[in-house]
Amino acid sequence: MRNLKAVTRLLARLDEWGRFWRFNWQVLFHGLFHAGAGRRSAGRARIWAQMYEIGNKSVPVVMITGAFVGMTLAVQSYQQFKGAGLEERLGSLINITVVKELGPVLAAMMLAGRVGGALTAELGTMHVTEQIDALRAMGADPIKHLVVPRFWACVLLTPCLTIYADFMGVLGGYLITVCHFGVNSNAYWYFSAHVVEKWDILIGLIKGVFFGAVIALIGCFKGFDCQPGAHGVGKACTEAFVNSFLTILALDFALAVIFKGIYETIWGLRIVL
Amino acid sequence: MAQSATEIESTKSLFELRGVIKRFGRVQALTDIHLHLERGKTTVIIGPSGCGKTVLLKHLIVLIRPDRGEVYFDRVRIDNLPESRLTAMRRRCGFLFQAGALFDSETAAQNVAFPLVQHTDYPAEQIDRIVQDKLAIVGLAGFGDRLPSELSGGQIKRVALARAIALSPEVILYDEPTTGLDPIRAEVINDLIIKLQRELKITSIVVTHDLHSAYKVGDRIVMLSHGRIVADGTPSQIRQSQQDEVQYFLQGRSDGLDGDLL
Repeated sequence: MRNLKAVTRLLARLDEWGRFWRFNWQVLFHGLFHAGAGRRSAGRARIWAQMYEIGNKSVPVVMITGAFVGMTLAVQSYQQFKGAGLEERLGSLINITVVKELGPVLAAMMLAGRVGGALTAELGTMHVTEQIDALRAMGADPIKHLVVPRFWACVLLTPCLTIYADFMGVLGGYLITVCHFGVNSNAYWYFSAHVVEKWDILIGLIKGVFFGAVIALIGCFKGFDCQPGAHGVGKACTEAFVNSFLTILALDFALAVIFKGIYETIWGLRIVL
Repeated sequence: MAQSATEIESTKSLFELRGVIKRFGRVQALTDIHLHLERGKTTVIIGPSGCGKTVLLKHLIVLIRPDRGEVYFDRVRIDNLPESRLTAMRRRCGFLFQAGALFDSETAAQNVAFPLVQHTDYPAEQIDRIVQDKLAIVGLAGFGDRLPSELSGGQIKRVALARAIALSPEVILYDEPTTGLDPIRAEVINDLIIKLQRELKITSIVVTHDLHSAYKVGDRIVMLSHGRIVADGTPSQIRQSQQDEVQYFLQGRSDGLDGDLL
């Protein structure tokens, strides 16, 4: 009996997995290749509206996140670097960590909470109140109408928000290291510029593109797939956040391995300190 | 060559369901439904709550696909078409949802304008004029700039009706159009259904358990119970039906109900 239940649960998971990838294919097909019915101006207006909701309104939280990341890194690392007489090189560690890893990942996690949860709640409520069925009944494609604008807004603006997080992370690290601990400003910037390359910044931004896609696809799928009632919407929001969070971390690891491999193949091994 | 009775019925009918079966988990929602719905007439589907009325209505424009069986619209099989190929058929139909299903981030006017923006290339002024006309038809002129959260339940239903008729469809599917309305507003909706059918020859399919409304608007009444059709006829034939199940429902008697319905 227990085995039967386990098999049923496994089949349900596989079914959900299949529906998720079918959903992703529909979003990418509509988003990239298929204009479909409806006015182009209306489609553009929907994307702009979502960019405002997802992008503009997330700027403050992402900037605050970035600033605290930079400041915390500086506070945690200063004594160790000072002990080794390397405090002037602290900027190298803080800035490369911020632009390559913590800036993109923590900005994406903030967005998974703020934007992903809101996407699931909004679309889930539309699903349970038959608004998505109403779209279909009026001959409109819900994927194209509701998901594609949110997908583009997340994919295009997560890297932009990552820039804000990076900037504030770098600034936060600088303020603590130079203004609070009194490290020489010129040396701090010299070593930072020596270590942080355009490639590192680019990697962070490319990660932002992938993380934005993850947030939009998981958030929208969970909204479309949610069970009826307030409990169903709440459960979908929780699942969307947890799944986005874990996927971002796993994807970050995979992308780190891939980009490190590409870098070392082209330019060889790099020693940061 | 002489046509068979089935072929003649198919020609007259706008919708046809052949052996439709639908199950949700352990619930058998529809069992072997065979139904022709005639063009230009008002067919009312009645039955107790949970008997499969709304599920049947949603099958007609393939918002739900059958597990088995076939659905035809204007003699074309539609249940096996992909969503993209259903647009032309859905454009010819209006659907009034039970709770209105208005887009709650858009005003009443934007809701009514939605199908016009989606399917026509009318200029903004013309769309605005049509929206005002449709809102006036449902008695809500001047309510265009209100959000659904600023409207009462009855007003939401009437805005939803204005949206359903925005493209002047050939068919309107009504899911409980008078439920939750006061008797006067319910009568307004009934009169509107009759007016649309008589003046514009719109085909109407009305799902309801409001018997007054069913008798008033229906040319034909189909009764469902436990996902099966148990009675089919004109309003007077249904009233005079000798079937216990039909009479229990019409008289609102609970002594004949089985455990599933109680």
